[in-house]
Amino acid sequence: MARQPFIVDFLKNDKGGKIFVSILLVTMFVVPALNLLVPADSFFHVPTYTVTLLGKYLSYAMLAIALDLVWGYCGILSLGHAAFFALGGYAMGMYLMRQIGDRGVYGNTELPDFMVFLNWTELPWYWQGFDMFWFAMIMVILVPGLLALVFGWLAFRARVTGVYLSIITQALTYALLLAFFMNELGFGGNNGLTDFKDILGYDLQADTTRVSLFFLSALFLILTYFLCRFIITSKLGRVVVAIRDAEDRTRFIGYKVESFKLWIFVLSAMIAGVAGALFVPQVGIINPGEFSPLNSIELVVWVAIGGRATLYGAALGAVIVNYSKSYLTAAFPEVWLFALGGLFLLVTIFMPKGVIGLWNQMRLKLQGKKQPIAENKIE
Amino acid sequence: MTLSSRKNIQILLSLIFIAMLSAGYSAAALADSIEPKTETSVAIVISFEVATASLTAGSYSDREQVIKKLYTVDDERVLPVLQQMLKSKLYYIKKTKQLVFIKKIDGSYKTTSILNNEDAGLFEKNKLKKVKVNNKLRRLLRGYIAQLGLKSTDDAVRKAAVKQLLKNINAETIAVLQVLDKKETNSSIKELVAAGVSIWNLSSNDKATQLASIKALSKSLVPEVKLKLQEIIEDTEDATIKKAAISSLKKIDSKISIFGFLENLVFGLSLGSVLLLIAVGLAITFGVMGVINMAHGELMMLGAYTTFVVQQMLPNHITASIFISIPLAFLVAGAFGVAIERFVIRYLYGRPLETLLATFGISLILQQLVRSVFGPTNQAVQTPAFMSGSLEINSIFAITYNRLYIFIFAIVVLLLLMLILKKTRLGLQVRAVSQNRTMAKAMGVKSEWVDAMTFGLGSGIAGVAGVALSQLTNVGPNLGQAYIIDSFMVVVFGGVGNLLGTFVGAMSLGVFNKFLEPWSGAVLAKILVLVFIILFIQKRPRGLFPKKGRGVED
Amino acid sequence: MRRDKVFDFVEQKRLPFSGRRTVIPGEIDVTHGPILYLENISVSFDGFKALNDLTLYINDGELRCIIGPNGAGKTTMMDVITGKTRPDTGSAYFGQTMDLTRMSEYQIAHAGIGRKFQKPTIFPQHTIFENLELAMAADKRVWPTLFAKINTAQHEKIIEVMDTIGLTELCYERAAQLSHGQKQWLEIGMLLMQNPRVLLVDEPVAGMTHQEMDKTAELLKSLAGKHSVVVVEHDMDFVRSIASTVTVLHEGSVLAEGTMDEVQNNPKVIEVYLGE
Repeated sequence: MARQPFIVDFLKNDKGGKIFVSILLVTMFVVPALNLLVPADSFFHVPTYTVTLLGKYLSYAMLAIALDLVWGYCGILSLGHAAFFALGGYAMGMYLMRQIGDRGVYGNTELPDFMVFLNWTELPWYWQGFDMFWFAMIMVILVPGLLALVFGWLAFRARVTGVYLSIITQALTYALLLAFFMNELGFGGNNGLTDFKDILGYDLQADTTRVSLFFLSALFLILTYFLCRFIITSKLGRVVVAIRDAEDRTRFIGYKVESFKLWIFVLSAMIAGVAGALFVPQVGIINPGEFSPLNSIELVVWVAIGGRATLYGAALGAVIVNYSKSYLTAAFPEVWLFALGGLFLLVTIFMPKGVIGLWNQMRLKLQGKKQPIAENKIE
Repeated sequence: MTLSSRKNIQILLSLIFIAMLSAGYSAAALADSIEPKTETSVAIVISFEVATASLTAGSYSDREQVIKKLYTVDDERVLPVLQQMLKSKLYYIKKTKQLVFIKKIDGSYKTTSILNNEDAGLFEKNKLKKVKVNNKLRRLLRGYIAQLGLKSTDDAVRKAAVKQLLKNINAETIAVLQVLDKKETNSSIKELVAAGVSIWNLSSNDKATQLASIKALSKSLVPEVKLKLQEIIEDTEDATIKKAAISSLKKIDSKISIFGFLENLVFGLSLGSVLLLIAVGLAITFGVMGVINMAHGELMMLGAYTTFVVQQMLPNHITASIFISIPLAFLVAGAFGVAIERFVIRYLYGRPLETLLATFGISLILQQLVRSVFGPTNQAVQTPAFMSGSLEINSIFAITYNRLYIFIFAIVVLLLLMLILKKTRLGLQVRAVSQNRTMAKAMGVKSEWVDAMTFGLGSGIAGVAGVALSQLTNVGPNLGQAYIIDSFMVVVFGGVGNLLGTFVGAMSLGVFNKFLEPWSGAVLAKILVLVFIILFIQKRPRGLFPKKGRGVED
Repeated sequence: MRRDKVFDFVEQKRLPFSGRRTVIPGEIDVTHGPILYLENISVSFDGFKALNDLTLYINDGELRCIIGPNGAGKTTMMDVITGKTRPDTGSAYFGQTMDLTRMSEYQIAHAGIGRKFQKPTIFPQHTIFENLELAMAADKRVWPTLFAKINTAQHEKIIEVMDTIGLTELCYERAAQLSHGQKQWLEIGMLLMQNPRVLLVDEPVAGMTHQEMDKTAELLKSLAGKHSVVVVEHDMDFVRSIASTVTVLHEGSVLAEGTMDEVQNNPKVIEVYLGE
């Protein structure tokens, strides 16, 4: 009856996870090969544009998993999770800005163009160190983590729960949105950070760089999945679900609920930050729009559509919704908001368990089983 | 029981409707009757027409002569022509050479004749030609407009003219002002004139006169006075004069700071009243029913668009249209609210997070709906005459009428709502259901019907808030989003399920915001308010006026 | 009898305690008999006095029943003991030394007070085994929990408790599928896993059949002695079958205390229960 080691448990019990990781492993190698090795005029060639688009989806998928961790498992509906994503993105953007060096329009070796434009004469203290990749990467994790720590500590300690918490998280991202719009803050105001040239010396426009970024996105997505899976199958994962289902009970059997919530919230924010850092070099821009409350709520729909508390469902939802968005906003721009709004209604009223839940139901029907076995069973 | 309660609410609604409607008509009638009437006499018409006709041709210097001639014509219509010319809004129709004022409507231009203010038809831009002015002409026009303004019978126009003159004080303007002062009856204009004269006296060579006028100026709040005094303090070499000027300036400054405080307070209360209007509907749906309605902002937007549509249908009765819009917006938004409750929310009771998401979906759909119907751009909603202009307390402190009326309106809405909840059968049932649903059901309250009505009521109030907002901001598809977070903050801050809390929350957040603004800037003020609320819920997680008790948390 | 009157210095000793003080189980000082001291406690919600100058002592190892009409303050009293509600006035001590009003819920649980809610509260998405595992006395801080493994002794303890509450066969079923009575049992099982000094049990037999009730009475009686057990219950037969001492609460304070017979013949109690 002793529990199996993580890997054994994954191979034995996590059927959905195995499919998910296998698909990722395949695309991770096949897509770059089809881009780099197959000639451009071939039918099988995958254009670089598509590779980048896929890479973007994968970073979104990672963000969705981060939200699923706090919402699906711990019941904390954060309506400000895109803020952590954006902060990670800004940290990466700052590194990329510093890499431009004297190739900007004004040719200033120290200052990014927008600072020269604002007649700033020296680099603000909080921009120091971002010319070093390792430092920027620490910040990618540290900044969202710290914000989550401070905010979460305040909110959870005061026992702010449910919709109150959701509204407050939304206020948080809204405040950041307003703040990042200000030129004086020193993050490029309205325009954000853009015109990046290269990363670690590699040209960002080059096919090889883009393919590598895609490869990294897939790799990090797999690692994120394993990390989250490890957490939710641990005893801590069971405590977190217990908090979701019966917070008072958990407290009265001796768990300090606030600490558990804070821990999982901070971890989730850090994952979101990493996702943001993968996102920015691929799309080539980060601006305050990423903090918009709408982004955070859209993110909630990705998770809901895919299926809460399944991890891979969240990732699946992110890809489905974003693909539809890319398609619809190009083909029928009028329809997109109707479709998104409709998705919200559909998923809340008709399929609260998302696509994965629907799939499980169908599979059970086909197999003729009576008792539903939930995929998110935590064993 | 249900029949009588339904009747009850019907009667109540129709009473509100009738009251609002009748108030609207009488106010409209009043506004029409005080509109100034233009008097014309035949002889003047000819010379005005002759004078203006030659504006359509010739060089700038020719036009200068025409303007000078026009200035001597004694006619009410001269001033608007000069004003529009200054703003480069005086055009003539290429074909007929008829001079017109223009107003842009949907890409083409609506023209009105300068002669009789009658409609001269719709034109494309290329059919019209501007009466061009250069800087020299502009200077001339400004002077003339000020001088003509002094003759106007309208107090506001005269006042503006005097203010214009105060910007450039010399022997000539003082002479003009003194002539005016003899006939003038309006006290605030007299005050301005007196300030002007005192400023002029400052430059006299007689020290006694200078000191006297410095002393006299200490009572004046006209901005020019402050500038002049500062100038004196810097320039003068006479110690007594300097001392007197400093003490006068101090007096003025302390007065200004008092009025600055008052101004912040008024602005804060005004912002608070807007927040109150928005949040009070939320307090019903969120506080009483526990439903987070993210589409609340969009219901407000529907109210604002209702105002727009009513105005489009009644273009000549702007005042009346506002008063018709209020009950209509209530009904439109209320109907949408009931529909949302019946088709969506009722499947989601007890699942607040899902409700939040579903209503957010509805908000997106509503946004896109108005975007598809009315287009993505902002629509112009006109302000009725009685709401434009401002109540001037003195030359640095004025309250615009629209803010004043919206403040009163917000209070009225709040009181009305309290009355509904306290005194009507619906209110009783709402309170019963919100406290103990099962028990209320057992007592024969049709809880489903009460839910729908409560939600409709909250939504209807959002619509009414939209009418008020249409007078303050742009009416566009994003109207709702701009306010939703603020209004939730008010409810969270004030405490759920308590209208008094909503009132105190709205007002204090409004005032807090406006007092921060001069110090920190508008954006930072908003951020600080949000941070403040996040910290505030540390101390009081359930707002200023929380519900207490054993079962609250469940 | 009053805790602070036993020794003068106890009064002064109160101040240094704070919520952050780490509490080591086993430190509970019961040398004077009582394990729970509730003294002059008042709690009010919006003007309604849920507890009104309540003074109550529970002896170590005692099995005490608390009865009283609805709104008498029984659940609020439990809320105060477990740290969910802070009293407006008065003091609540666990043993001689632990000020319950300054400890948070999880600290109180660690110190050795376990609680069963009125409505059975279990973790519906977890299996029976997992429910018990979560309740088990262990290092319940975040990081140790992440890497926690079950050792043989712990495993045996879970099996033993599952046996006691009769849910061994349903070991890997999800708790959501249990009947109401089984849920009550599971919650009691979770209490046992915590191994507390004091068990607060709110309406344990609601929704149980007669056999189940008897079994519960049996279990609670067997627990007394090793543990102190406080039972709040409406069912008089059940109370009669287990209790040595009964306390009657009325309008937030103690109305009567004694054996079941004494209490039942108390005119004040009769008046409260039957009206005039």
